[in-house]
Amino acid sequence: MEKRVKFKGIWLPILLVLPQILITAIFFFYPAGQAIWQSLFIPDPFGLSMQWVGLGNFEFLLSDRYYRASFVTTAVFSILVTVVSMGVALYLAVLADRLVRGSGTYRTLLIWPYAVAPAVAGVLWLFMFNTRVGVVTWYLGLLGYDWNHVLNEGEAMGLVVIASAWGRISYNFLFFLAGLQAIPRSVIEAAAIDGAHFWTRFRTIVFPLLSPTTFFLLVVNIIYSFFETFGVIHTITSGGPQQATTILVYKVYADGFVGQDLGSSAAQSVILLAIVSILTVIQFKYIERRVHY
Amino acid sequence: MKRTICILAASATLGTAQAAMAQTEIEFWHAFTGRLGELVAEQVDTFNASQSDYKVVASHKGNYSETLNAGIAAFRAGEQPDILMVFEVGTATMMAAKGAVMPVHEVMAAAGADFDQSKYIGSVKGYYTSPDGNMLSLPFNSSTPVLWVNRDKLSEAGIDPDTDLSTWEKVGAVLDDLKAAGVDCPLTTAWQSWVHLENFSAYHNTPFATKENGFAGTDTELAFNGPAQVTHIGAMGDWARDGKFIYAGRRNEGGANFRAGECAFFTESSAGYAGIKSEAEFDFEVRPLPYWEALVSEPQNTIIGGASLWVMEGQSAEEYKGVAAYLNFLSSPEIQAKWHQDTGYLPITAEAGELTKSQGFYEANPGTDVAVMQMTAREPTGNSKGLRLGSFDQIRGIIDEELEAVWSGDKNAQAALDSAVERGNVLLRRFEQAAR
Repeated sequence: MEKRVKFKGIWLPILLVLPQILITAIFFFYPAGQAIWQSLFIPDPFGLSMQWVGLGNFEFLLSDRYYRASFVTTAVFSILVTVVSMGVALYLAVLADRLVRGSGTYRTLLIWPYAVAPAVAGVLWLFMFNTRVGVVTWYLGLLGYDWNHVLNEGEAMGLVVIASAWGRISYNFLFFLAGLQAIPRSVIEAAAIDGAHFWTRFRTIVFPLLSPTTFFLLVVNIIYSFFETFGVIHTITSGGPQQATTILVYKVYADGFVGQDLGSSAAQSVILLAIVSILTVIQFKYIERRVHY
Repeated sequence: MKRTICILAASATLGTAQAAMAQTEIEFWHAFTGRLGELVAEQVDTFNASQSDYKVVASHKGNYSETLNAGIAAFRAGEQPDILMVFEVGTATMMAAKGAVMPVHEVMAAAGADFDQSKYIGSVKGYYTSPDGNMLSLPFNSSTPVLWVNRDKLSEAGIDPDTDLSTWEKVGAVLDDLKAAGVDCPLTTAWQSWVHLENFSAYHNTPFATKENGFAGTDTELAFNGPAQVTHIGAMGDWARDGKFIYAGRRNEGGANFRAGECAFFTESSAGYAGIKSEAEFDFEVRPLPYWEALVSEPQNTIIGGASLWVMEGQSAEEYKGVAAYLNFLSSPEIQAKWHQDTGYLPITAEAGELTKSQGFYEANPGTDVAVMQMTAREPTGNSKGLRLGSFDQIRGIIDEELEAVWSGDKNAQAALDSAVERGNVLLRRFEQAAR
């Protein structure tokens, strides 16, 4: 039975939602509208003149095979970051959930990396994998492996994925742990009495009951890997070698701030906006159906 | 009581207003940190102490790209500084921004300042002059690539450290010997596009782009996929494959390897002097950039990198007078000579170079004049005046990507340079359209 509060009149409800609407309008609708408007022009950097090109910027972008390749790079990168960060977090959360003693310390330690800003995380990982002085590079060298993410595309992608996923593991861990602890013990105990082993219990009871958390994290992590990983990429690879780690949002930056091509940059923002909207709709429409609340 | 406070407040306001009227503030945005930042601050302090009419306020706005973007954003908001430091590849962007920048020669004329453009060294100012020979911005820090040599490394490998390294043919032979002697890093570089394509082209008197490298119009097209460049990049690619050329990164990452004493040769800006001198624990030397004997009998001049000072539009006449005074102060022989000696950047006037010579600096610091000679040995041609290409910072990014494909062995030199030219031309056409 749903409970609804009914307000008398129209003004009080409007007043109550007004701050939210204002914030959304100023910080979301206005800039998004600006981006859409600018994407129809080729402006000069100083804003002295603007030329109407209609959908010319979009045509220019979509005919560029390097821009199209960037979609694939972004997809690979996002999937890897999401899978790695959620997989590891879930594993750690399941372990932490079974801990009887010391779980507080364990949890606190695991949460720490979340406090590290992406750019700083990027620099930390870069130091460890630096081709000349990196600790990990040195050990790999002892094992006979020549690590060189400056020229090797696969290694560069691997490094930015690890650096991006690392801080995210903490965040996902927190949610997974909370989700696990919300699962009634009685259900699991009943299954245990029926003779279900840990893996069977996890597969048939825990994981399905965890699905709202998993779903939420899936959405949040994909959006994270699309946008907030900029700092990591900028500090570690600047999109290279060649274009191996140029994800869409990095290209927005490169075209807008390095190339001062604001028209193309705005058009790319609009494309990103569309992709994220579509992804979110797909997630809520199709994946959410399988989620048991 | 209340009245007293009012009077106090009013007089305080008047007081500050008077101080502001007496001294005109000149805002100067630059991109320097560390030692260079300190030296800029020192110049500003010297200027401010030398007179009482103007006060230059210098602010650091991030790296070159960030400083340019800060200037652009500020202009759009009507809050632009008086003087903005812009790196050399941003020159075409600034030139195209008529209405946002005021050419330096106009600033000087409007302020009635003494301004003799012939004092400035041709190959330095050439990068920043209009087709009719007027200076649009004031060169601030200019350097040119040279060959840095770790003499100890050569001796250890049983090679005479005084051996002739004037041509790439000879360097190539030494690289073979170094590799055979077990040296892990015979050659590394910084700023690969700037050294091995832009300067390479000028040095071999070959066009980097059509229309005199963009000086004669924005309808220029890239041309660095010619046989000369392909020969050089191909040779570098072979050296990379054989482990004779070690690629460290797109910027000056290779500097760390060289300063740590791991590499025998390092192609880098002459302005690397201060850093190498303070860190290198080995005997090092500056040699002129090598050229290919097979391509030219004698090299042309190299071109500059660095930044110049642009004056922004929309300031008061009084401020422009202050700007003119400051730019003239920077151009004075004493200040220039000191800057040249402290930083390794080239002097912008011939007088400053002569002053440095008469002070005995070149004798005490051998090799510091290599860059000056390499730049000024010959009168620049249409291929060696510099580059004036729109979106060039981004085109350099494309070149970096394509060169990485050569170093990793994914592409041959011809294919990579063809692709870089094709992709870069697309950006040049975008720029041409935006600047129209």
